[in-house]
Amino acid sequence: MNAFLQASIDGILMGGVYALAALGISLIFGVMKITNFAHGALITVGMYVAYEVCTLLNITPYIALPIVMVVMFIIGYFIQKICLNPLMGVAGHNQLLLTQGLAIILENLILVIFSAGYKSVSVPGFDTAIKLGDITINKPKLVAFIFVTVITIGIYVILNKTDLGKAIRATSVQPEGATLMGIVVPRINQIAFGLGIVCAGVAGALLTPTQYIFPTSGNTYSLKCFVIAVFGGLGNIWGAIVAGLIIGAVESFSALYLGGSWSELVVYLIFILTLIIKPTGLLGKKAR
Amino acid sequence: MQTEKNNTPNFLGNFLKKATSSTSNGKLNIPQLIVIGVACLAVLLAPTYLSNYRLNLVITILTSAFFAQCWNLMSGYTGQFSFGHAAFFGLGAYTSSILYVDFGVNPWIGLVCGMAVAGIVAAIIGYLSFHYNLKGDYFALATMAFCEIFRVIFKNTDFLHGASGVSIKFSKDIGLMQFGSKAGFMYAAFVLLALLTFGMYKIRRTKMGLYFVAIRENEDAAKALGINAFKYKMIALIASAMFSAVAGTFYAQYYLYIDPNICFESAVSVSSITPCIIGGVGTVFGPIIGAAILEPISEFTNAALSNFVGLNMVVYGLILVVVIMVMPKGLIGLVQDLKVKFMKKKKDKKSKSPVEAEG
Repeated sequence: MNAFLQASIDGILMGGVYALAALGISLIFGVMKITNFAHGALITVGMYVAYEVCTLLNITPYIALPIVMVVMFIIGYFIQKICLNPLMGVAGHNQLLLTQGLAIILENLILVIFSAGYKSVSVPGFDTAIKLGDITINKPKLVAFIFVTVITIGIYVILNKTDLGKAIRATSVQPEGATLMGIVVPRINQIAFGLGIVCAGVAGALLTPTQYIFPTSGNTYSLKCFVIAVFGGLGNIWGAIVAGLIIGAVESFSALYLGGSWSELVVYLIFILTLIIKPTGLLGKKAR
Repeated sequence: MQTEKNNTPNFLGNFLKKATSSTSNGKLNIPQLIVIGVACLAVLLAPTYLSNYRLNLVITILTSAFFAQCWNLMSGYTGQFSFGHAAFFGLGAYTSSILYVDFGVNPWIGLVCGMAVAGIVAAIIGYLSFHYNLKGDYFALATMAFCEIFRVIFKNTDFLHGASGVSIKFSKDIGLMQFGSKAGFMYAAFVLLALLTFGMYKIRRTKMGLYFVAIRENEDAAKALGINAFKYKMIALIASAMFSAVAGTFYAQYYLYIDPNICFESAVSVSSITPCIIGGVGTVFGPIIGAAILEPISEFTNAALSNFVGLNMVVYGLILVVVIMVMPKGLIGLVQDLKVKFMKKKKDKKSKSPVEAEG
């Protein structure tokens, strides 16, 4: 029973971080209908940005988060502006491949700049675990979960309570209509992509205290984030959150009962079942 | 003024014009046949004028073009964008290798078995995807997930040699599908590519080829005209998977070592797509042109930038991105678009035949 409880807590805490990264994918797909294959690489970029800021300024990743967010937003904004905006309205597979090309570039640029060695960020005071009876809670994961909650609420507020959010939602529903209402759609696209990349980068930064950083460390999360985004319904932000927590828990349980290496398999099987049974996802409304 | 040019450039101009044209019935004209003949001759005579090191590059070009052509058959012709062709490649490589190493089965038989395994898996993937109408990005993600599933399975199953992979003993016996020398492998790769390309060229002009393209251009319209889209998508996928398995077996026999990452990584799937993108998706010669451009560049940057690990892959990614942004229809599409523009400038109203991106 304790093992079960422990696994669910670990899974949900981890699922929160997955959810944030997947939220980025969902947001980008929702607005621009782009499946961003560079998401995993951008999670890695987030990790390295956090690592650099932390070592340069001698601060913890949590304090570095605002800087990470700004850097990631700028990266996302310009990726959309330079590479993806010219391709809006072109056949979908070209955008898919372009993001795959970007992933290759980013991943290997990191390799060139930082070399293949493993790096880690230590956070003083956060390397211990909280004990509640027999159950231990990993402190960095708990803090990450809290940050994820805060940032998710922040994105919810931006999307639902501000004019910018209104413009983003309008663009996601009907780009042509939005243009007619005086919304500069390319700029909204850039901002939306930037926000999506912020999600990826923050997820990466929040993972730094709990794992080693190397040029392909984000790749493990790449397909997992797609699984979550699709499972929750591509373009559906609440879906991504719910699905993230579920997939996190499922992964944790399957690691407990089947062994860690097979947990990925369970996640992918869920993915394929989702695609087959309900490609619009858990909270999706209408069929494509 | 322009008609007063002397004979030679005019002949050359005509030759170039014809060689880059795509006739509406998809037949090759004489200048095109000459270009193809010269290219074939250059490859066939390569062992006489190239070192073993350079021959390796030729083999890489041929195998890369072959694998890309497999992808082209499925994704280029019918428009179902697969992102997981590594699955079929890997299944081919693993089936023949494990049968040979663990059970002593001749690799030639292993090759056929690999094709069968890949075909069956493709049938399952295809049934699940097409029956439930997965399209576009969803299909791409599904194929990618299937590929990852195989990677996890092969990595974690001891019976399948796990993460340590399979090593194949070196021999010089053609009966064991090892062709003795680089030249031998090169001829084998050439024959494979030539056969598949000839098939691609022929099939384009059959009813089935037209059905494929109809499905690509507008599946709903094709269905409305009575084309069984499910059936033809299945045929394309299964055939494509079986040939990809051949590419996998060939890879294993040439490099004599495979592991789950070499076989099932997404980079392998990407390597089946990139040559098509560069040359022109859905064209007969696009994958070959793409591979002939991409592989030498990769080889060169790999050698020139060896001090900076990863920089060669940055160049690879940049090529992919720039090609998609500048010429989304690939080189063949670009040449034809430029010709259309050129024609318009000359106000040549005779050339009204539709110019499409079909080699």
